[in-house]
Order: sequence, then structure tokens, then C-alpha cells
Amino acid sequence: MAAVGCLVRRDLTLALRRRADVLTTLFFFVIVVSLFPLGVGPDMDTLRTMGPGVLWVAALLASMLSLGRMFAADHADGTLEQMLVAPYPLALLVLGKVGAHWLASGLPLVLMAPFLGLQYGLGAGALKVLIVSLLLGTPCLSLLGAIGAALTLGVRGGGVLVALLVLPLYVPVLIFGAGAVESHVSGLGAEGHLSLLAAFLVLAAAFTPWATATALRIALD
Amino acid sequence: MTSGGGTFTRYASPAAFYPLAGRLIPWFAVPAAALALWGLYLGLVAAPTDFRQGDAYRIMFIHVPAAWMSMWLYVTMAVYAGLGLVVRTRLSSMMAAAIAPTGAMFTFIALWTGSFWGRPMWGTWWVWDARLTSELVLLFLYLGVIALAAAIDDPRRADRASGLLALVGVVNVPIIYFSVQWWNTLHQGASIKMTAAPSMGAIMLWAIVVMTLAFWMLSFVTAFLRVRCIIVERERHADWVRKLVDNRT
Amino acid sequence: MTGAGFWHMGGYALYVWSAYGVTAVLLVLELVQLLRRRRAVLRRLKAMYRMGIDEA
Repeated sequence: MAAVGCLVRRDLTLALRRRADVLTTLFFFVIVVSLFPLGVGPDMDTLRTMGPGVLWVAALLASMLSLGRMFAADHADGTLEQMLVAPYPLALLVLGKVGAHWLASGLPLVLMAPFLGLQYGLGAGALKVLIVSLLLGTPCLSLLGAIGAALTLGVRGGGVLVALLVLPLYVPVLIFGAGAVESHVSGLGAEGHLSLLAAFLVLAAAFTPWATATALRIALD
Repeated sequence: MTSGGGTFTRYASPAAFYPLAGRLIPWFAVPAAALALWGLYLGLVAAPTDFRQGDAYRIMFIHVPAAWMSMWLYVTMAVYAGLGLVVRTRLSSMMAAAIAPTGAMFTFIALWTGSFWGRPMWGTWWVWDARLTSELVLLFLYLGVIALAAAIDDPRRADRASGLLALVGVVNVPIIYFSVQWWNTLHQGASIKMTAAPSMGAIMLWAIVVMTLAFWMLSFVTAFLRVRCIIVERERHADWVRKLVDNRT
Repeated sequence: MTGAGFWHMGGYALYVWSAYGVTAVLLVLELVQLLRRRRAVLRRLKAMYRMGIDEA
């Protein structure tokens, strides 16, 4: 466990040093969210209906763009190979790396979202549900995305290829995440969606690190 | 991989499977053609006109079998991929790679025919119902497996990476299908159901079954044809391939 | 159902025959492409052997 904590702290330190990377993800989120009204028109009612979906898709895309960073640096300087032969279970180390990645890339999205939600006329209750859904959902995106990032390590066409691999896997998270906000707005209550999302997160945390570790071994053998 | 370990394990080597696949192809091609003709007769001629959907419902006799095959082939591909990863038999990975494009093809056919069925029925070329949307995601899953294998130069790594992706996908397919179902019923109510097939007469059921079998036989043919190409490409440094190329060209 | 009705498909001819037609074309194309791939591979390998290439 101590090793994992060490890994998380190291990754966060590195992320803070390369603040630009982290901030560009955030800015991408903001820009994409701002683009939709320009494309669709300023009618607040339309935007309010679209809001949850747009915010969620934008967060999803921003999260996906940041995946390349998860393993690339460590792969380049050989740290990744060290992790493979380290006396710790690789899946656990992966969990640590994904956690650090989420803290640096996913959490800022969660914190930014309510402000962007105001641009879409979402009420206070909807914003709260939005935050919770993203809080539960963005770690899922990082966990699933890690599999894609590991599979495409060092492969040409990496960024776009990761998108193709990972977006289908994101579909359930998107449906439950955006659906949570929508069902709150429509008065049905978000508990069902949020509990499913929470269950999905638990399952993802339990199983995806193993798949990611396997993918890393495949990539590095 | 044991050689000479038993009658069937012998065929686990690409070199032994190559001629076997070649001999098997006609045994699937002929039934495929026969079943297809019979199925087309049942669907286009024998089955009566539906009083609600007119003759447009006959598209169902392609759409439903294609959709079933797209799902069946994904599972089969994932099984071969799993064997390739766990037991490490090269041929298993080659079979997975051979099946993928055919599976993607059937998925596309399901989507295309679904669209052409939907247009006269619902007035739009696309309907975001659970079945079509899940098929669309399935197409993306297929394309991902194919693209990943194509992007990796080292054949072994390509096999194992796309194999892992196929396995991850197969675990996710039920989750995706369930979530899309949920999404669909929440947003549209159950009113629009794309595949609202007419109440099944016996002939209609038979037509679907026969067409499904025809597609299944056909997928054996394409898989065997493709795996033979893959085997020759991969084993090009082996003596038996040199002899084969000399004899065939 | 035979004769003119067969082609007319109760007015839905465009849809039914587009669907069936594209399916048939795609399946045939797939088979044709596989046969051509086989021939191309054999040709390429023959050239490769003749040039004495042992890599690639």
C-alpha cells in the first residue's frame, strides 16, 4: 500500500510540474462546452434540455484526450518497465497511477462543471447531481481509458486510435451520468442512475486494473 | 502446442490447418448457397404480405439474421482471442483476426437494413432505439479490434492486444446493451420499437432461421478463406509455404 | 407472391431491394476481395522468394 501511495504522490508531483498539460484538458472542456450554444442557438430552454448531455460528452472527450499522458512519460524513460518487474502487484500500481491521473485530470473537470452548468441554465439541484455524477463517472472514465492507453502504448496513430477503442466502453458511463442529471430535472429522481454509476465504479476499480496490467505486459514484452 | 498429440490437436498448427480449411470450404459454401436460396424464397415469395407493414417487413429476413450473426461472431471472435491469450496457440489468434471483418460486415448490414426498414415505417433513416444503437456501438467495438491489430506492426503483440480488447469488449457488450435499453425506455417510452416485427407466422420464423443458417455457413467460408491468407502471410518463412507458392504460381 | 407484385413489393420496392441488394453486393464483394487477397499474397511472396529476401 505504501508503494501505491508513493506512486500517487510522485505522479501528482510530476503533474503539478507540467501544469500546462493539466490545464489544457480543463480548457478543452470549457471551450467545447462553450461551442455548443454557438452551434445550436442561445435559446435557454433548448440549452437547458441539452445541458446535461453536452456537459457530460465534453467531460468525456476531455478525459479521453488526457489518456495519452497516463503511461507515455513513464514508458519513455523506462520507469514503466521497472514497475513491471517490481515486487508489487502490477494491478495495484496501475490503480495508483489511474488514481493520480484522475486527481490531476478528472477532478478539475468535476470542479469546473457547475460553473459551466450555469451557462446552460441548470438549477441548483441539477448542478448538485451533475457534480456527483461526474465525481462517480470520471474515475470510471479514467479506469476504462487506462486499458486503451495501455493497449496503444507507443503505437502510431495513438490519440485517435485510443478514442475508437475507448468510446464504446464509455457508453454506459455516459448514459447513467447524463441520465442522472436528466432524471433529476424531469422529477424522477437521480438515485437509480447514481447508484448504478456507483456500482459501475466499484466494478471498474476491481477489474479494469487487471486488464490494464495485462495490456501493459503485452505492450512491453 | 503439442504436435502429434491426438487427432485434433494436430490441426492446432497453422501448417496443418491450412489444407484442412481449404478442404472444408466447399462443405460450407454449398449449404450456404442452398440455404440462402431457400431463405430468399421463403422470405420474398412464400411469406404473406403483412397487413400492417406491407411488404417492407421482408427486410426483417436480412436484418434479424445479420444482427444475430454480428453478435454471435463477436462472441466467437472473443473466444478465439481468449484461447490465443491464455493457451497461446497462434492459430486461435489468427482465427479471431479472420472473423473480425466478417462480423463487422454483418453489423453494418444489420444497421443498413435496419435503416431501410425504418424509413418507410417511421419516416426517418435512423431511429435511436435500443437495438440499432447497440448495433452501432458493436460496430465501433469491431472497428476498434480491427484498427488496433492493424496499427501494431509486431504480429504477436497485435494478436494479443486486439485479443485483450475483444475480451474487454465482450464483457462490456451486455453492459452496453442494458444501459442503452435503459436509456431508450427512459427517453422514448416503449412506443417506438424498431424491430416491432409482425406477429410471427411459421413461415416467417422459418425464413429467419434459414437465412441465419445461410449467413452462418457463409461466415465459415469467409473465415476459412481469410485465415488461409493470414496463415500464408504469417508463415511465409516456412518451407511448406515456399513449396505452396511454387506450386500455385 | 409472384410476378409483378414480387418486384413491386407493395410500393416498397426501393427499400426492400436496396436492402437486399446492398447486402448481396457486400457479401459478394467480401468473397471477391478475399480471393484477390489470396492471389496478391501468393504473387508477393513469389517475388520475395525470388529476390532472396529473408526479412519482412
